[in-house]
Amino acid sequence: MGQKMLMKGNEAIAEAAIQAGCRFFFGYPITPQNQIPEYMSKRMPQVENGCFLQAESEVSAINMVYGAAGAGARVMTSSSSPGISLKQEGISYIVGAELPCVIVNMVRGGPGLGSIQPAQSDYYQSTRGGGHGDYRMLVLAPASVQEAVELTQQAFDLADKYRNPVLVLGDGLIGQMMEPVEMPEYVKPELPEKTWAATGWTPDSDRERAIINSLYIDPNVLEKHNRKLYEKYAVMEQTECRWQEEMTEDADYVMVAYGTTARICRSAMRKLRDKGVKVGLIRPVTLWPFPNAPIQAAAKHAKAFLTVEMSMGQMVDDVRLAVDGEKPVAFYGRTGGVVPTVREIMDEVEKLAKEGK
Amino acid sequence: MAKLTIAREVCKGCGLCIDACPKALLTLSSEINNRGYHPVAIAEQDKCIGCAFCARMCPDAVIKVEK
Amino acid sequence: MAVVYEKTKMLTDKPLHYCPGCTHGIIHRLVAEAIDELGIQGKTIGVAPVGCAVFAYDYFNCDMMEAAHGRAPAVATGCKRVNPGNIVFTYQGDGDLASIGAAEITHAAARNENITVIFVNNAIYGMTGGQMAPTTLPGQVTTTSPYGRDVNHCGYPIRISEMLATLEGPAYINRVSVHDVKNIMNAKKAIKRAFELQMQGKGFSLIEVLSTCPTNWGMTPKEALKWLEDNMIPQYPLGVKKERE
Repeated sequence: MGQKMLMKGNEAIAEAAIQAGCRFFFGYPITPQNQIPEYMSKRMPQVENGCFLQAESEVSAINMVYGAAGAGARVMTSSSSPGISLKQEGISYIVGAELPCVIVNMVRGGPGLGSIQPAQSDYYQSTRGGGHGDYRMLVLAPASVQEAVELTQQAFDLADKYRNPVLVLGDGLIGQMMEPVEMPEYVKPELPEKTWAATGWTPDSDRERAIINSLYIDPNVLEKHNRKLYEKYAVMEQTECRWQEEMTEDADYVMVAYGTTARICRSAMRKLRDKGVKVGLIRPVTLWPFPNAPIQAAAKHAKAFLTVEMSMGQMVDDVRLAVDGEKPVAFYGRTGGVVPTVREIMDEVEKLAKEGK
Repeated sequence: MAKLTIAREVCKGCGLCIDACPKALLTLSSEINNRGYHPVAIAEQDKCIGCAFCARMCPDAVIKVEK
Repeated sequence: MAVVYEKTKMLTDKPLHYCPGCTHGIIHRLVAEAIDELGIQGKTIGVAPVGCAVFAYDYFNCDMMEAAHGRAPAVATGCKRVNPGNIVFTYQGDGDLASIGAAEITHAAARNENITVIFVNNAIYGMTGGQMAPTTLPGQVTTTSPYGRDVNHCGYPIRISEMLATLEGPAYINRVSVHDVKNIMNAKKAIKRAFELQMQGKGFSLIEVLSTCPTNWGMTPKEALKWLEDNMIPQYPLGVKKERE
């Protein structure tokens, strides 16, 4: 590879996963992510030991992921919002059993069957665990097809490093749009050996008998286990926070947006700058852990923040937690699959300026 | 002659082995083991034919049979 | 003196947590003995269910996975697809397999997934305290059918083995019982055969084992064996339901 190709987001993610050594994909059809399983069904039989299997449900797919991850494989599943809701049971078990895997959610409008148009209304579900119990997932939010490729490959490394699922959170637009993309040469970093995997054991084996499990019936033992999980999360918070900042140094108004919405905010920012409005953009790349640091730094000089989302306002809570009351945090969102326009976002920033915030 | 070895502390006193014995040699002991059960005991060891029906019926793999 | 019978090394030293007289212990032993006799300990991976057998990972002396309720066939599928050389089995109860996991077992069978399923049918939810299962007999009293299972209200019991035998996928489906020594010996043969077929790459095998639940049936262990013989076998006839040539 190495040359630029025009690829759909969903297909690029699938190819990036294969390049990163993913050999097992279990999925179930749902719009707008169908190109991932379709691409996998075509490509997996072409690669050594590659396996694509269409499961009978999202529930089964995520439990196949559990079994494959427990056997030590690099494995992935993908879905869209209603399907991701179904996968939450399995995700919770995967976290509890400390298994690595990559999950892609191409978010669509909700609640319920909702719409098939792009949305960002699964932010709470993604960043607060999603299923039952005390846990977190690393959540990576690409804003372009190229970034989706890079983050998908990193997701496998991060999953293996922390023995925790990593969620790649896109939306219908990221999945469906075509952009030029360069498939990077994947180089696997040094990662711990999977000595915990269930691959067959006898008393003569040079490892302990593998038990892939999330049941800790003694509450004191479970508390200890959960504290251990949270120690991992503390390391993630310290080392894995990623974001992109543009024109924040002198900004009076700082927009915070991720994924597709960040792209629209960037266009609005450029037009506003042309008009002399000092506006900047912070784009969280990891939604969990949430990049508090750049927001806190900007709060020292900015007059106000504007969080823009394709939801009724979810990430805005994290922005407010980071700002901690120091400056006003406004919100603008469209929901149900409606994508905000550059004009709408410019109006919101100008409104802030007019109100003298 | 056959020999039964009973893991007394593992036995739950369910009695399934008693009915399985074709020679009716097994009874529940009047003593209580550490888990609070009356473990099974063999009364006349010398009459055991070593068929191992008791061991095959036991849900807790309590009985070892030698012959 | 020669050893006629002793506990297999394929069971760990951990004492089973099952109630006195529960036949789960017998079935554990038969599965463990089959694995031991076939010499496949080093490549066997078991998948435990949710229900009374949830702690099976503590007892089977091989690599184990613990699955969510009903999902063991999906977990086994993922595991087997990664390492087709492993021998993968699930051990599931009737609430787990026939109710919440009905989709997973059906599709694993339809795919002829090369795994072995040990299906323990005792016509009740044991672990949660004796609620009605999809396999509970008509009229049977449970904690959620206190007036007896009314088929007009909540339908009829499911014969999983017969149902799955209608599929083209499965290689071997057999229903056995463990209510006496003769049937235990027969159950062992069936379980061993199921593992042998997996070793030969023949595909999906399911052994349904009729089992007792003295505690939740409200009987002595001895009465429970008799009840199984008199009531469960007429509803769930023993024997091979499918065997692909």
